[in-house]
Amino acid sequence: MTTEPNDALPPETAMTTTTARPMLADPDTEPARPRRRWRGPSSSVRSVLKHLTLISLSIVMIYPLIWLVVSSLKPNSEIFRNLSIFTTDLTLENYTHGWTSQQVPFSVFLWNSLVIAIGAILGNLISCSLAAYAFARLKFWGRNAYFAIMLATIMLPFHVVLVPQFIIFRELGWLETILPLVVPKFLATDAFFVFLMVQFIRSLPKELFEAARIDGAGHLRIFGQVTLPLMVPAIATTAIFTFIWTWGDFFGPLIYLRTRDNFTVSVALKGFVDAQSTSNYGAMFAMSVVSLIPLFLVFLIGQRYLIKGFATTGIK
Amino acid sequence: MSSLGELRTIAREARRKKDSSLPKGSLKQRFPDNRAGYLFLLPWLIGLLVFTIGPMIASGYLAFTDYNLLQPPQWSGMDNWARMFNDTRLWNSFRVTIVYVFVGVPLQLALALAVALFLDRGMRGLSFYRSIFYLPSLMGGSVAIAILWRQVFGKEGLVNAVLGVFSIEGPGWIAHPDYALGTLIILNVWTFGSPMIIFLAGLRQIPEMYYEAAVMDGAGKVRRFFSITIPLLTPIIFFNLVLQIIFAFQSFTQAYIVSGGTGGPSDSTMFFTLYLYKEAFTQLNMGYASAMAWFLLVVIGALTAFNFWLSKFWVFYDD
Repeated sequence: MTTEPNDALPPETAMTTTTARPMLADPDTEPARPRRRWRGPSSSVRSVLKHLTLISLSIVMIYPLIWLVVSSLKPNSEIFRNLSIFTTDLTLENYTHGWTSQQVPFSVFLWNSLVIAIGAILGNLISCSLAAYAFARLKFWGRNAYFAIMLATIMLPFHVVLVPQFIIFRELGWLETILPLVVPKFLATDAFFVFLMVQFIRSLPKELFEAARIDGAGHLRIFGQVTLPLMVPAIATTAIFTFIWTWGDFFGPLIYLRTRDNFTVSVALKGFVDAQSTSNYGAMFAMSVVSLIPLFLVFLIGQRYLIKGFATTGIK
Repeated sequence: MSSLGELRTIAREARRKKDSSLPKGSLKQRFPDNRAGYLFLLPWLIGLLVFTIGPMIASGYLAFTDYNLLQPPQWSGMDNWARMFNDTRLWNSFRVTIVYVFVGVPLQLALALAVALFLDRGMRGLSFYRSIFYLPSLMGGSVAIAILWRQVFGKEGLVNAVLGVFSIEGPGWIAHPDYALGTLIILNVWTFGSPMIIFLAGLRQIPEMYYEAAVMDGAGKVRRFFSITIPLLTPIIFFNLVLQIIFAFQSFTQAYIVSGGTGGPSDSTMFFTLYLYKEAFTQLNMGYASAMAWFLLVVIGALTAFNFWLSKFWVFYDD
């Protein structure tokens, strides 16, 4: 992994050139490193090769996405006749056509997805932060056992609860509503976020909590006035991840929302695949792009939190 | 510490507690926050009972019944399990899933690790590359990307256009039983960004002094890589491996969309979860689907346990 020929150098020099990797550094605020010394052509050739490799890989990774966007802007007849992404013949007609091609305007699906996402975010923030505070800061009987159970549920395949959950929601008359997709979030069923927040609260200085305790604050106050304000990064990470997962969720809406008016974006997109024989590729691509735009925006805005939150707990 | 690391610690502490006698004191002293603790935990506890433990028990029961939602469940003993044993379609779906998991996950992790090692230095453009590689893993699970994949690997798709440049005429990858699963594996590899981020974080946590000490002792690059980087990264490799296997077993959306909901051509993309979905929600064989779900849980559980056992031989813990 070291790319510089350090071995040839005397130890003192080698030590300074081995790049300093600060422990637990925030990737974006790493201190500027001392400029590397010119060490002959081989090192710069290597660096160029390295960047060429990475750039080629980047292109392979990103090209399908760019092609999707460009194709959505091409006239339908052109999409598969010319697969190049360089074209001047651009039109928005796929978007206007796709928007209305499913009897219900696409805005309805966007709205449905948004409502579910907001409900899920609220639910996760409230329930997971409460549970996380208990796990991280309170001493009560059975805590370790509960904590182990909570961690285990992160890894539990949801299929073993799928059928009974479906029956419960059906008995409650919640089919065709957003409730099956939102209510469980208010009961902290996304244990992953509990874990993320526990990790975060544990990293806060203990003295803060002790000081609040000595000042006579109850747990509810310590939670609301000390913990929550300090937890903003963990809260942001949770909100962003919840948005991405709920927005992209397909299985839940597929079984609980079966009438067109209730479709989320993902289920509505499936409609284009079902109608493949008469399919209008341009419209399908255009609405796919529309469905990805919120994800992309969240990625742009929240990248920092995503990468950090993700690195500490490690689940996609 | 990762969730797996936490579980390890808890297990170890529980073992230690058994040995040493518990500290004496009243319950009140040992658990001063009992009331507050349970109040804060209440939503999670309700959720655990109502949406996890209760349903697990219920599906365990349903697995031994015949249940189609319309009539009440009929006890059928081992019928579902006998049917599973003889269901060639089920075993095919199991095989497809196994291939997907055991080819897709190692490929994905190998690429993630390779790129992370490549990136782990204060190199120029690091955050740019990181973002580019991470973006697909955020979108990879969505229906839109699965739709895109259908076209990229279609007969007239992007891949065949590239092959056409070298005058190779590619097949319709999605429509060909030999290749359709491969396109899903490639889709999984395409989302290597998430494990890559975890590897990057792991690399950053290796104390620099180890490398400095090794350099002083005259260890070369290769030696440092195999004696410091890799051993200290094994817990992270293990963590990624366990979780990615568990998640890959549960993949559904991509297979569903890419095959147009059929699992075709000729069941070549019929994931176990897709077959389960069809049994439950198109055939309304809720009892059979519950039995399948428990089978899945047992397989994943056994595999994870095996992975943990295996980890004793190759994962290095610094503590």
